[in-house]
Amino acid sequence: MLRKEDRIFSNLYGFESPNLADAKKRGDWSNTRDILQKDRDQIIQELTKSGLRGRGGAGFPTATKWTFMPKEPTGKNHYLVVNADESEPGTCKDRDIIRNEPHKLLEGCIIACKAMGANICYIYIRGEFYNERISLETALNEAYENGLVGKNACNSGEDIEIYIHHGAGAYICGEETALLESLEGKKGMPRLKPPFPATAGLYGCPTTVNNVESIAVVPTILRRGADWFSSLGRERNTGTKIFCISGHVNNPCNVEEEMGIPLKDLIEKHAGGVRGGWDNLLAVIPGGSSVPMLPKDICDTVLMDFDSLKAVNSGLGTAAVIVMDKSTDLIKAISRISYFYKHESCGQCTPCREGTTWLWEMMEKMANGSARVDEIDTLLDLTKRIEGHCICALGDAAAWPVQGLIRHFRSYMEERLISTKNKILVEQ
Amino acid sequence: MTIKRLDINQPETFSFSKKDNELIDKIIKNYPKDRKQSAVVPSLYIAQKRAGGWLPEKAISKVAEILEMPKMRVLEIATFYSMFNLKPTGDHFIQVCGTTPCWLRGSDKIKKACVELVGKEGEVSSESISWLEVECLGACVNAPAVQVNEDYYEDLNYENMIDLINNIKKKKAIKVGSQIGRVSSEPINTGKQNA
Repeated sequence: MLRKEDRIFSNLYGFESPNLADAKKRGDWSNTRDILQKDRDQIIQELTKSGLRGRGGAGFPTATKWTFMPKEPTGKNHYLVVNADESEPGTCKDRDIIRNEPHKLLEGCIIACKAMGANICYIYIRGEFYNERISLETALNEAYENGLVGKNACNSGEDIEIYIHHGAGAYICGEETALLESLEGKKGMPRLKPPFPATAGLYGCPTTVNNVESIAVVPTILRRGADWFSSLGRERNTGTKIFCISGHVNNPCNVEEEMGIPLKDLIEKHAGGVRGGWDNLLAVIPGGSSVPMLPKDICDTVLMDFDSLKAVNSGLGTAAVIVMDKSTDLIKAISRISYFYKHESCGQCTPCREGTTWLWEMMEKMANGSARVDEIDTLLDLTKRIEGHCICALGDAAAWPVQGLIRHFRSYMEERLISTKNKILVEQ
Repeated sequence: MTIKRLDINQPETFSFSKKDNELIDKIIKNYPKDRKQSAVVPSLYIAQKRAGGWLPEKAISKVAEILEMPKMRVLEIATFYSMFNLKPTGDHFIQVCGTTPCWLRGSDKIKKACVELVGKEGEVSSESISWLEVECLGACVNAPAVQVNEDYYEDLNYENMIDLINNIKKKKAIKVGSQIGRVSSEPINTGKQNA
């Protein structure tokens, strides 16, 4: 288990106040000026050494992403955009950072801006998080009043502005280019890449989009050193991570833990175990609704990090662990996820717009037992026709949960379809 | 994708208050000079609040006028983002999360409580309450959750949802957040002492 002193987010649960005075007691803003006095390459080098990989789902090395930004001023604004449009089903970690540790995020923004040569930062927060936005605005005002942000931020000679922007309920705006479109005041429809945001992002200027958690851990890493961070977890999967454990567990919760903790330990030590005991477990979705589920026998031993979960054909995603016990109607659970993607598809690419509707309709037929057994193959074929055929990853994300279901629970589905047929025959 | 259209019954007029206008002016300043359009979502949000929880056509036109955008572009935004309602909602607008993490913890029963005490989904009751099933609210470890206007109510079950709606009807103040005594997302009963 992660030692208490190794926790980055010591106020994750909001037992203490999020305000500046208390945040400073927790160590925030303590030597920001010294960090800002270093040059860009030094900060990036240290972060590279720590092995930090993006916490938003894809797991791309954060420091590498920052190096894509232009090395010299281009005469345009350079932007950091923080993705706080947290809407992946199962995920609610950024919400806690924003409402309880807002100063970690703001300090991270300043340091990240310095490291990538950005002068303006936008934090894009989802519209539903109204109270969280107020907390963040309060923290930002405190930071401005104390000269931590703005002109000559932290007395470092750097001019860095931070603005808060909010959305209005669209999952797709969590995709980085859709987020930029939305920030420009358009419909949140993903852009074709290239050009990548680091070349032409917000308003056509160099831009980097990072997840809230990726940015909020940066100050602590630089303060305690890359060696400390990389001593936690496993090689290529270092550091700590906030896990969100929801579904059929006794005590659902968010918890910061070491990367690579066994899934079983995570559930039993922090979430009070699976309802009805470990043997009552049916399946787990380990990284938010987009990743394929895992059946119990894999859950027995799998470790919670990027590479371990990839090796079992799933993913760490946002580290949102959705637990389902044996009382769950698995087909219905995945069908509800299919409905989510149908609802959230932006409608730009045909395979996704039409495909997600089909997926959901077929999943409903699977759930109520009215499909034919051979239609399971049709369903699988349909997922393959969506996956990889769209501009963004929403289509893939809609396909994977269904593929996961078929991969591990095909016989469960067949049984449902056959028993429903038999029941109808008997009744006739 | 969802299809949304302007309501058939439209009010005669719409206007922002002085304070609204000041707020919008302040928001516009957050973006570069020639990028007023960036303020469209926050402005529509303010307009929706001013109009009582939904966006009449006049409000959309007004935002277009302020931001110097074609009206069509603003209408597009209003139909694209799910938080914009193009039909009237109740003064108390309950959004029930029905996505899988909430569904696993019993959101069907929350919907049942809404049907019993408020009525049909999407219709405004005589007490000016309405409810709608929405997608993931992002409070999954406190599932099931609902949002009433701006505030989240979490860790619900059929019984405390009934209480919640009854208290809304009686206009009684309700504690925002967890309804079973959690501070936020910590495991239950770990309170401050174990932090």
